[in-house]
This record gives sequence, structure tokens and C-alpha cells, in this order.
Amino acid sequence: MTGVLPALLSATLETLLMVAVSVSFCVVFGLTLGAWLAISSPQGIAPSRSLHQLLAAFANISRSIPFLVLIVLLLPFTRFLVGTSIGTAAAIIPLVVGGTPYAARLVEAALLDVDPGLIQAVVTLGASPAQSVWKVYLPEAVPGLIRAFTVLAITMINFSAMAGAVGGGGLGDLAIRYGYQRFRLDVLVLCCVILIVLVQTIQFGGNALARRLDHR
Amino acid sequence: MEELSIPRNNPISPSAYPTIYVRGLTKRFPGAPVAALNGVDLEVASGTIHGVLGLSGAGKSTLLRCIARLEKPDAGEIRIAGSDWTSLSDADLRHERSKMGIVFQQLHLLSSRTVAANVALPLELHGTPRAAIDLRVAELLAWFGIADKAAQFPAQLSGGQRQRVALARALATGPRVLLADEPTSALDAETRASVLSTLNGIRDRLGICILIITHDVRSTASLCDSVTILDAGRVVESGPASEVLNRPSSEVTRRMLSFTQSAYVEQDSAHRPHFEEIGQP
Repeated sequence: MTGVLPALLSATLETLLMVAVSVSFCVVFGLTLGAWLAISSPQGIAPSRSLHQLLAAFANISRSIPFLVLIVLLLPFTRFLVGTSIGTAAAIIPLVVGGTPYAARLVEAALLDVDPGLIQAVVTLGASPAQSVWKVYLPEAVPGLIRAFTVLAITMINFSAMAGAVGGGGLGDLAIRYGYQRFRLDVLVLCCVILIVLVQTIQFGGNALARRLDHR
Repeated sequence: MEELSIPRNNPISPSAYPTIYVRGLTKRFPGAPVAALNGVDLEVASGTIHGVLGLSGAGKSTLLRCIARLEKPDAGEIRIAGSDWTSLSDADLRHERSKMGIVFQQLHLLSSRTVAANVALPLELHGTPRAAIDLRVAELLAWFGIADKAAQFPAQLSGGQRQRVALARALATGPRVLLADEPTSALDAETRASVLSTLNGIRDRLGICILIITHDVRSTASLCDSVTILDAGRVVESGPASEVLNRPSSEVTRRMLSFTQSAYVEQDSAHRPHFEEIGQP
């Protein structure tokens, strides 16, 4: 048992690193893509059918490729960016590419949840479309966005286990290599317990933060 | 409320037109069998309160949305403080919007902003320097008796307090025109009376032009200088409130006066007044 403890620890750190870095990138890219999706949507601030369809198609295509297949498809791209296709850093590339469209759709839904009457009221106060986005749309959606990013982070833990299985390291990788291939049931169970604790912590933290920032 | 020292950002300049000037306003929504507005005329001078009255579906909301330029009318002219709002570019319209304050039925305060930040919003949008914004906001909050609520969020306030925040926000840029959409509809009797006296105070002290859209005939009778009765998108009657409501010349007006009670009953039962309270206009 003592032999696997350092392995468990480093696997946990690898998972945390993969999730933290990829979620950070997904938040930035997802906010950008999601905001444009919401702004251009028929109920948005500046409806544009063609822009919305273009962005929606982009978001849908990358979401329709199974994540495991996406990792393989992206191998040359990953090698180009990171220099290698194996390891934790290399796993972050497919995680970001796979997570961004997902984040964008969550952001879009959170933004469209803002009362359209509120946006119109602010337009009558003299807001330009850009001011409507920065001063109303995004601040009013903050609690919804926090909840969206909580869901995103949990999904990324799930994805990171798959990325781990193809050489990315992390808890998923450890569970398969030790727990499954070397018949170490204790390692398999421990990996799952750590993952459960991680997910619960993220969900709890996200809920608490969203509640704190929600003044409705 | 006694002392009012709110400076006007938009000095009243002499103009050939009354502060609100609407001519031949027509709006038909795609697919609708009849026009929502059909050649509506409206004139409101500074320092007066004008009520637009009508049963539901008469076109009141469409008229408000057109005057506020949330809808583009199909035909007609809208002049606010002299400038033609139907022919302005988007950028010019945004600039001109500082001349009009609107209190919406649902108020539409920003839940993510404090009371002070809500009142500051229109000034921020128009690029007012921070120091001037802070002064102006403090002034308005003090005038509306909500200075102690500055750091709170709208959700923490009572309905009447929220209404005053909405009024303070609408008046922040020193507008020439104040539009109020059903300002009394979601309030209890006491708060309703307080809102009406506040509107009265705004007219008397600021000398601006107030347009109230409502089906609340009773408050209109006590508050408005003049009224316009709207039915099926047309003006059926218009004139001094005492004249129109005491000697209605149209069937619609008579029906509306007799329906005053049922119009209340349609609302939240908590706000239903006693029958004798309505009285005769």
C-alpha cells in the first residue's frame, strides 16, 4: 500500500493541474464564444442569423466528436504546440479544445437567462450594444456563470481521466494502469474516492460562491 | 421632498414644439390583422402630467415603446424636446436619450448593482465624470429619502423604495420628459398614494413633462392635467382631465369609467381597493 501513496499523490496533483489549466483556458475562450453566441442569437442584443449559425455550427461540430477521438485527431496539433503528445501538458490541449464549445454553450444559456426587459430598459438609458454587454449582460449573469463554470470544472475532471488514459497521467490513468491492469482493487477504489471528494468540493464551492454573488 | 435643488443637465430652450410632440404615429406588427397604433397624435407641454388611458389592447404599451424608441414606428413623427426621434442615427439617439427618463412597470433595476450604482448607471453610460456622478447620485438619493439605502441591493428594499430608486435613476440625467408605465399597478394603496405625490412633486419642482400610461382611471383623475383616451390604436378623446373624465364624449371612456372597479379586480387581489375608495372622478 505504501508504495502506491506517492503515485496517488502525484496523480491527484496531475489531475488538479490538468483541470485547473484547461478550465482557465475554457473560461476565457468559452466566455468569448458564448457571449457572441448570446449576443447574436434571435433573443440577443444584436441578433445576427448568419453569425449565430456560424458560431453554433463551430460549437456543435467540435462537441459532436467523441472526446477520445478528438484526442487522437488533435495529436499532430498537440505535438506542434507542446512538442510532445504524451504527458500532462499535452493532455491540456485536447481538454481545452473539447471543453471550449461546451463552456460556450453553458455561457450562452446563462446570458440568455438575463431578463430581456432589463436590456431594453438599459438601452433606453442610452447604452450602446457594447455597454449593454459589459455593464448589464455579464454582471447580471455572474451567478449563472459561476454555476456554469462549476459544471464545466466537473466535466473537465471526467474528460481528464480519458486524456490520462492516453498518456496524460492523473487519477484516471492511475486507476486504469494500477487498478485495472495490475488488479489493484484498492488503488481503483482510492482513485474513485479522491475523484468523488474533488467533485463534491468543486460543486460545494461553486454553489457557495454563486449564492454569495447572487443579489436577486 | 421639501427642498429640491436638482440641477438640470438639459436646459429648457424655447422650441416651436411642445416637449412631447407626436403626429400620425402608426405601427403595425408583422402578421397582426390590425394596426397597433393608427395615426395617433399627442402633445404634452412642460410642467404638465398627461395620462394615456385605455383598456388592455388599446395600444398604450406600443405607444410607450414607440415614444421610447424601443420600436420603430411605420409612419409618423415623434419630437422630444424639439428633436425628431424618428430620423436620428443610432449614436445621436443614444445621446438624446438623456432627455428622457422612463420608469417601467417592472422597474427593471439591476440586481447586480447597489441602489447608488443603479442610479449612477445612466450617467456612466453618458460618460459623466466619476466625481460629478457621485454628487448627483447623493443628491437624488437624499431627495427621494433613500440615502441610507445607497449600499443596499434592490432585492433588499420594499416595493415603494424600489419604485423611488427607479424614479431616481430615470431623473439622473436631468431629463425633460419622464415616461411612467403603470406606475401604480403593483403597489398597495399607501405606496400608490406616495408614488402619486412624488410624481406631483417632480412636475411642480422640476417643471418637466410627465407622461403616464395607465388603466388606473382613479389615480389619473387626481393627478393628470390632461388625458388622452386610446382605443384600438386610435385617439378617441383628448383634453383636460376634468373635462374628459367628468363629461366623457365617447362610449369607450364611459365604459372605462364604469369598469374602474373591475380593472382593479383583475390585478393582484392583495391590492384590491374598497369599492367606495374609487369614488367618482
